[in-house]
Amino acid sequence: MISFSPSEEQQMIINMMRQFATDEMRKIYRQCDETGTIPGDIIKKAWEMGIIASIVPQNCGGAGEERSAVTGALLVEELAWGDLSIALEIMSPMLVAVPLIFNGTNEQKQRYLSEFCDPNPPKVTSALIEPRFNFDPNELHTKAELKDGYYLLNGHKCFVPLAAESNTLLVYASENGTTQAFIVGKDTRGLKINEREKNMGIKALPTYEIMLENCRIPKDQRLGSENGCDFGVILNASKVALAAMAVGVARASYEYARDYAKQRYAFGEPIASRQAIAFMLAEMAIEIDATRLMVWEAAWKLDKKQDATKEASLVKFYADDMVMAITDRAIQVLGGHGYIREHPVELWFRNARGFATLDGIAMV
Amino acid sequence: MIDFEMTPDQEATVKAAHDIAVQDLRPVSRYYDEHEHEMADDYARKMWLKPGAGFGVSGLMSIEEFCWGDAGIWLTNPGSQLGGAAIQMSGTQEQRVRFLSRFGEGEPKWGAMAMTEPGCGSDTSAIQTTAVRDGNEWVLNGEKIFITGGKRAAEIPGGLVLVWATVDKSAGRAGMKPFVVEAGTPGMKVEKVEKKLGIRASDTAAISFTDCRIPYDNIIGRPEVKKQEPNAAEGRGGFRGAMATFDATRPITAASALGVGRAALDFVKEELEKQGIKPRYELPRTKLSALERDLMDMEANYKAAKMLVLRAGWLMSQFQPNNLEASMAKSKAGLAVTKITQKAVEIMGPLGYSRNYLLEKWMRDGKINDIFEGTGQINLLIVARRILGFSREQLK
Repeated sequence: MISFSPSEEQQMIINMMRQFATDEMRKIYRQCDETGTIPGDIIKKAWEMGIIASIVPQNCGGAGEERSAVTGALLVEELAWGDLSIALEIMSPMLVAVPLIFNGTNEQKQRYLSEFCDPNPPKVTSALIEPRFNFDPNELHTKAELKDGYYLLNGHKCFVPLAAESNTLLVYASENGTTQAFIVGKDTRGLKINEREKNMGIKALPTYEIMLENCRIPKDQRLGSENGCDFGVILNASKVALAAMAVGVARASYEYARDYAKQRYAFGEPIASRQAIAFMLAEMAIEIDATRLMVWEAAWKLDKKQDATKEASLVKFYADDMVMAITDRAIQVLGGHGYIREHPVELWFRNARGFATLDGIAMV
Repeated sequence: MIDFEMTPDQEATVKAAHDIAVQDLRPVSRYYDEHEHEMADDYARKMWLKPGAGFGVSGLMSIEEFCWGDAGIWLTNPGSQLGGAAIQMSGTQEQRVRFLSRFGEGEPKWGAMAMTEPGCGSDTSAIQTTAVRDGNEWVLNGEKIFITGGKRAAEIPGGLVLVWATVDKSAGRAGMKPFVVEAGTPGMKVEKVEKKLGIRASDTAAISFTDCRIPYDNIIGRPEVKKQEPNAAEGRGGFRGAMATFDATRPITAASALGVGRAALDFVKEELEKQGIKPRYELPRTKLSALERDLMDMEANYKAAKMLVLRAGWLMSQFQPNNLEASMAKSKAGLAVTKITQKAVEIMGPLGYSRNYLLEKWMRDGKINDIFEGTGQINLLIVARRILGFSREQLK
């Protein structure tokens, strides 16, 4: 039965996340962006809410709640509204948890998900993106070659979040033209983590380039072992997550611009009393709602275990444009003030540009 | 629980609408476009007495299907239409029986609503048509234009026109009241039927009222003028009633837009597929062809509009307020269909521009959805006022 109403439990999660975003994330996000650091205690606090760990299966020591992309989308919209960098770090364990839950063998789940029941967030990440303009997740240049019972990984990755402090990396590589994932320990010989990247936005999140040179990975460290993984589903889960986050960032900008336009006076009245401003705000509100509902539909389809490639791709495509346009309009509403770092809209504008680039950097 | 699964009943309703679109609308679509104002009698007989699917989700989805078939002919569906909506919403039980029961029996009949005047469109509170009480009657005088289905409603026996007139010009909106004028009433005259860009199968009439006398009981809602309407319930028959009707009809117009937009989208995708071109959704943006980007943009815009329409209809079926969401859906869908159909004609080149295909017709038909039931801009204004919490005075 078609319905647009989150369940009671989902509403609770939304409220909890909104509170956290307001009370914790919004207090420090500008400083995080300026200094390029995220305090460990905010990540720990978020982890202690237990939302992420709740999807760890019972036989791995978790609560065994069913993973829901819809619930995940609701959750990450709120976190991204708080701050995109911090949200990406809070959600980073999902980069490994979701693919494991989708395609991991029992053994792999036992081994890597049990860490998710610790009081501290697990130190894991994944590496998908490669540094070239025509990067295509389905045609990776990083290669995996099976030789003498081991996989040899060779390639160059970038925008790997938290790589320097991670114990385990899920590295995506092309095996005979198909994208597969490999569980790589940080001490693997041939794995080199380069200096931290300097990016236009999402500056608080530490990201790295990594090099893989003849990294020898035991055969059973391929995600799903003999069965491998269905990368299409993983990519769809990532597209939905990022589109939901784009809605969060867009909503943050829209709300700020709306409130500003109501209290900023020009020619004796609030600038929001002029249609030139009011119509921009109305269009922003409409596009944000439309994108959110598209995210829900794509997430719902993922949860139904149906092929969501079309829905996930369309909403990611739409959300990438939407968030850029809306963060741009938000600066425009503020005029000169929007360009000044005392206001947050320039930060959201820089962060927004990342979405079209960052496939695979979040999962629901 | 967020859910997008249709019930078997909903699926059956939508499929039935789609079948009619394929069998009864598409084959005659071009004919009634080129024979403007000719009545699609066979279709009208077929649709007469068919139960409607309501204002909820499946009702809107059915409308999308009909308009995928032909938006102009769909507008000529027999029934009480917009005139009936206001009677249903604000009339007394006696009035509902007296005016609406006829639409469930006998020969096909039509209802229509007359609001717009030569001097006022979006600013409906500025209407000049007057209603003056004379004993047991009201006397109407004025001129109305752009009445969808107005000719049928005013001339075919059993029809009715719901006319908005003022009983007190000095009272502004509070003086506005709806009156039911039966087909054939002396003093009501169809002055002309407009020649239009699109939706040509639907008659858009100008009707004059000259000392047109109707029974006193034909006023819908309360006759007295309240200078300040304290709440929506009390004012339902008046201006607020008209505006509340829009909350139901805007999602319908938006659903109609979806149908026209999807017709164009389906056509383009099918034609391109014959040439071996299928959009590769999974590709990153930098690898998509310009054509694929256009297609994805059209499809995503259709989807975005559709989601807003379904939400507005779902709220209505839950008896929740949907004023903001109805205007969001209408504004987005009107713009989306306009862009989608224009791009579709562009993509198909000479095939798109040729009247041998329906694409150019859909571009002409679709444009009306950005205009009637509140232009895109009027709906933006409503959205803007709502999100800002601004009154009409604060945001003009």
